[in-house]
Amino acid sequence: MKCEELLKVLNEYVDGTVDPVICKEFEKHMEGCDPCQVVVDNIRKTITLYRNGNPVSLPPECRERLHAALRQRWKQTHH
Amino acid sequence: MPSGTKMAGMEQLADPSQVPDADLVRLAQAGDLSAFEALTSRHETRVYTLVWRILRHPQDAEDATQQTFLSVLEHLSGFRGDSTFSTWLLRIATHAALKVLRRRKRGEPEPSDEAIEADPWGTVPRPEYIADWRQSPEELVHSQEVQRLLNNALEVLDEKHRAVFLLRDVEGLSIQETAQALGMTAANVKVRLLRARLRLREELTRKLGDPETRLLRHQHH
Repeated sequence: MKCEELLKVLNEYVDGTVDPVICKEFEKHMEGCDPCQVVVDNIRKTITLYRNGNPVSLPPECRERLHAALRQRWKQTHH
Repeated sequence: MPSGTKMAGMEQLADPSQVPDADLVRLAQAGDLSAFEALTSRHETRVYTLVWRILRHPQDAEDATQQTFLSVLEHLSGFRGDSTFSTWLLRIATHAALKVLRRRKRGEPEPSDEAIEADPWGTVPRPEYIADWRQSPEELVHSQEVQRLLNNALEVLDEKHRAVFLLRDVEGLSIQETAQALGMTAANVKVRLLRARLRLREELTRKLGDPETRLLRHQHH
């Protein structure tokens, strides 16, 4: 497997859904290729960082408008 | 709660925050407004975060959030639990965000998918800046500066790539669920996800990578 071919199965490898035979080839390639090892590690860290990033809080006045709109619509649809 | 068991109303529950989504949905479907409000309160930040990240604009994010929950209210009676409530909700939120985008871009031509479809792998960005990060994600996640960097890095992606990455990698939807939410084929989701991951990796590594560990890509491999 070459670096270019590795790109094609990178998603599945990172997600742990790659075919076991291809997974072995992938790991064999990485043993001898530091750049690919680092790229895979960087991608995993990128995903982790976004997944654990802070949520964006709803501003209080925006939240009030949301709940007021929902209560009004609820009244219209639930007589 | 086993199906067929009579459920208490919200006012009779000791701790509404412990009630599973599926039970709140059933109560709301039976006409319990406080159950619907509890569902909204539980998920509003998640929805707002997703649409804010897709749209990158507070007023648009508010519009899309409101549209999402109004749509949930409208269609709740038809929700049968074929997916989890949160997956269903995120799909509605994605539709609402994309609708706002279409409104914002009215008159502008839709970006063409032809290049991606014709040569999916040719359009995948190759890693350029390859280096170990100076700190772990666990250390980085608490920094406000890093939060800004994460938001700014999302700007390099167009909305469709951004939405694919957010739904799949941040919200944890499957490839199939992401494809359904975005009205794309699974193959298109996969190639967009790869492009998004590689672009974001590149952006973040240029800022967070340790230059002393920088490696050059092997041309011969």
